Amino acid sequence: MSKKVAFLQGNEAAAHGALYAGCNFFAGYPITPSTEVAEVMSVELPKIGGKFIQMEDEIAAYAAILGASLTGKKVLDATSGPGLSLKQELIGYACIAEIPCVLINVMRGGPSTGMPTGPSQSDVMCAKWGTHGDHASITLMPASVQECYDMTVQAFNLAEKYRMPVLVMPDEIIAHMRERIEFREPGELEVIERTAPSVPPAEYKPYDTRFGDVPPLAAFGSGYKFHVTGLNKMQDGFPTTKAEIVQAEEERQVRKVMDKVDEIVDFEEFMMDDAEICVVAYGSTSRSARYAVNVAREQGIKVGMFRLKTFWPFPDKQIKAIADKIKGFIVPEMNLGMCSVEIERCNMGKAQILCVNRVDGEPLNPDQILEKIKEVK
Amino acid sequence: MAYDYDKYIRPGKLPHIWCPGCGHGIVLKGLIRAMDSLNLKKEETAIVSGIGCASRLPGYMDCCTLHTAHGRAAAFATGVKLARPEMNVILVGGDGDGTAIGGNHFIHACRRNIDMTYVIMNNYIYGMTGGQFSPTTPHLMKASTTPYGNPDPSFDIAKLAIGAGATFVARGTAFHANQIDKLIAEGIQHKGMSVIEILDDCPTTYGRRNKYKSVIEMMNRLKEVAVPVKAAEKMTAEQLQGKILTGVLYKADLPEYCAEYQKVIERSQGGAK
Repeated sequence: MSKKVAFLQGNEAAAHGALYAGCNFFAGYPITPSTEVAEVMSVELPKIGGKFIQMEDEIAAYAAILGASLTGKKVLDATSGPGLSLKQELIGYACIAEIPCVLINVMRGGPSTGMPTGPSQSDVMCAKWGTHGDHASITLMPASVQECYDMTVQAFNLAEKYRMPVLVMPDEIIAHMRERIEFREPGELEVIERTAPSVPPAEYKPYDTRFGDVPPLAAFGSGYKFHVTGLNKMQDGFPTTKAEIVQAEEERQVRKVMDKVDEIVDFEEFMMDDAEICVVAYGSTSRSARYAVNVAREQGIKVGMFRLKTFWPFPDKQIKAIADKIKGFIVPEMNLGMCSVEIERCNMGKAQILCVNRVDGEPLNPDQILEKIKEVK
Repeated sequence: MAYDYDKYIRPGKLPHIWCPGCGHGIVLKGLIRAMDSLNLKKEETAIVSGIGCASRLPGYMDCCTLHTAHGRAAAFATGVKLARPEMNVILVGGDGDGTAIGGNHFIHACRRNIDMTYVIMNNYIYGMTGGQFSPTTPHLMKASTTPYGNPDPSFDIAKLAIGAGATFVARGTAFHANQIDKLIAEGIQHKGMSVIEILDDCPTTYGRRNKYKSVIEMMNRLKEVAVPVKAAEKMTAEQLQGKILTGVLYKADLPEYCAEYQKVIERSQGGAK
């Protein structure tokens, strides 16, 4: 049987990826340039008995998916910059209460309303540092329409596996461009389901670390009664101010991700074997970077690309290893320097770092990156 | 009728955090009597709140309880209800949480007429933060942030709910304890969005600043201002001056949201038009 192929936008592909992963509840609020995700979900979800709801605002949309997730649904919301800002308090709620959910955030310019129809990569720090308090972040960076599909499946898997919010962040170019994509066959991609409790309701605690750093989450309405709060909590879900419990729980919520960095971090190395220069790129910028690397190689320059597929957790180990071997990093971004801050942190003064930044709503083109490659000494 | 309070109270979670003289405990007991009278199954009942003194209520209830972020109870609860329409979804909270920071979610939950029951404990003040004025603090009254008297006009929560589209709206008071359970029970049984406003008291942060000498005086005020809707029909406008209507203020039979979405599912699958 031949595979189902289609010519889709990144946003449409992301919605179909969510359905493949078993998403059965979507709440959203209209915002450019992510609205197509909601539109596809409004068409497709009722056909499979799922639920779609357009809420009264961005905060409500995120609140609704958290409520639905607690009943056992696989949940999705989609937004863009201003919506990402508005949802931040509840992203923190999902972190502390440990509620699986996926948010697709299509990156447009900012701050504030910015340039709603222009591409940007300026939300990458907001993805990690937007909500207050200590917490881990998992943020995926698709660079093609197929990756919008596949990474949304992966985002659901990570959300369910680590019981936390996961972000998929295509820039506007990736979200709106059309490419050929293959719909995955059932079984072709792994689909991870939430771990159900193995104890009877009377013994159940929603944060029971006897079962590891990611305790099983029961569903409201399935016979289990439990309490969920945004306050620092004990293993039974009830609030506490006991110092040692708060410390332990806060550390666990970060550790559950950071101990699994090697499993979570995904990246692509392109022509890196003998590279003396490394272009670190993500999203649509990586497509320009790939072109620039090819042209530079034709000119005899030993350059490669490290493409971030997960932005958070950041691939510290890989970047540190590269920093030991090369002369310089080139960091092209559609922002005024965000990934480059992380590169500086991992580089620890070893290699030269040159940034290429563009925030005018136009894509970074290969020539700009090539020019910087040639500046490395 | 004897009510089984212990049945619905979570073991080991009392005493509650509320101050002596606060009416929230009276509402908690009313809610339990309502649930007991309907024999609601605890594991099939979600109790959802926001932030504030009243929003601590779910923690005391042995149900599926969700203490959300400030103002967001109605939005979280909408997700719970739409995802699992067979559950009883009860919201509890205060006036600031429900009608200021949560005002948008409140009116839209009313507009959708989604089958939830929202018990709002209206004590005219932000108690947990120490007594700042809320959208329901009466004009000229004192709060920690209205030291010269409140310049704002106030919301009438019940009118707001009716205007926004809720199909069961009632009002009671913490003084009229025996009426609370009946209003809540009728709200739970009603198919659609039910709002039950309970006029409450906060002796600690409101009474103290507004020259109420005691909790008894605050309770007596609730007794004096409350007029049952039936009794009000026989009263003149002059007699109703300064009074507040209590009882079932509005009831309508209109399409409920989850049922309407079920029709969306059927239409998408080529079924009922």
